[in-house]
Amino acid sequence: MIKTDALIIGAGPTGLFTAHQLKLIGLSCEIVDNLDKIGGQCIELYPDKPIYDIPAIPECTGEELTNNLINQLKPFNIKFHLNERVDEVKKNDEIWNVKTNKGTEFSTPNIIIAGGVGSFEPRKFSPKECEKFENKSIFYSIKDKTVFKGKIVSIFGGGDSALDWAIELSKDSKVNLIHRRDEFRGAQASVDKMNELVKNDKINLFTKYQLKSVKGKENLESIEIEHDNKEVKNLETDYVLGFFGLVMQLGPIANWGLNIDKKTISVDTEKFETNQKGIYAVGDICTYPGKLKLILSGFHEGALAARACFKLARPNEKYRFEFTTSSKSIKNRLGVKE
Amino acid sequence: MPKITYIEHSGKTHTINVANGLSVMEGAVQNNVPGIDADCGGSMACATCHVYVKEEWFNKLPKKEDGEEDMLDMAFEPKKNSRLSCQLMVSDQLEGLVVNLPEKQV
Repeated sequence: MIKTDALIIGAGPTGLFTAHQLKLIGLSCEIVDNLDKIGGQCIELYPDKPIYDIPAIPECTGEELTNNLINQLKPFNIKFHLNERVDEVKKNDEIWNVKTNKGTEFSTPNIIIAGGVGSFEPRKFSPKECEKFENKSIFYSIKDKTVFKGKIVSIFGGGDSALDWAIELSKDSKVNLIHRRDEFRGAQASVDKMNELVKNDKINLFTKYQLKSVKGKENLESIEIEHDNKEVKNLETDYVLGFFGLVMQLGPIANWGLNIDKKTISVDTEKFETNQKGIYAVGDICTYPGKLKLILSGFHEGALAARACFKLARPNEKYRFEFTTSSKSIKNRLGVKE
Repeated sequence: MPKITYIEHSGKTHTINVANGLSVMEGAVQNNVPGIDADCGGSMACATCHVYVKEEWFNKLPKKEDGEEDMLDMAFEPKKNSRLSCQLMVSDQLEGLVVNLPEKQV
């Protein structure tokens, strides 16, 4: 059980700056994020897109913004729990007990939800019967590629993940690559390589096809794919891989007894606290009259929520407002020499 | 203001006057039409404002940019007549546009 003054859910720009604010006022915090990297939507959805409305930064990309925020956190040793999703939140006296899907447990008086639009999850196939084979014959990510050796693998998607795995697995498996159109959005070099493998009969390519149905009892036996013109093909297959990118889903947050309206959580504008004492929501996931879904709003919200955390984490101390330009204790925390 | 009709997957129809300059996505979100999520807020970074446009209208709309087709790869059940509604700007030319919403967005 990890004890911390505050637990932040979400390592996007708002979560990162909120961590900075907590550490600045002398509180400990840890961050959980379901993605495998720091940066949230900025890094997952638009790492290369320029942003023009970060105060005092005329232009930066999502990736640059993330790197700057990480740099700003350098003086503090913050523990990140990536690839983990908070599943359970339960109150025990005045303390929240939090559990992730990997079994990590936290005990904290303060939870700050900086979860954007929810956690990123792989987009799945639409035919219902796919669920039954999930993690057995149908996968959305690969942990152990050796299981595919000598098998027939049908890969769906048109991006880098689909192309890279089609190329890689074609060495030891019979690979079908299926994509809904005849253009691929992956790197040109991968597209060229894939086309070469298709020419050499190492990959069977089906474009303008999508998955129609899957068949099999215990194990997957075959799939049906349908062309734009409605023609249906039956493919014998042992495994199916889907690479359609990530979608954002509110997920378990919906079960924590919070006031949720259209995927956003209602908060007050003094502490950014939800209807549950000690649970705050900041950034895109919170809502209040006049809410703007801008990164700069998330920074403001995080700064105020951090001060509210102080009261619950240090009930016997009084929070004193200080400036970074003049406060000795803040400079100490930052490791700045006078 | 042009009239835009949104047809939910269930068949329920919403006809709304949407101001010129807004996107078809914004017209739906601002008027509480269910079925368009628009998770990324209109930055063409997700595929949760996905709609189907009937052929007669589809061919009249401005062509897709590359990025839109890439995002549609990640939509729920994309078809030939799929569009992202955040990329469809309302103007007088769109008077009477009808869009069909997919069964779900994610």
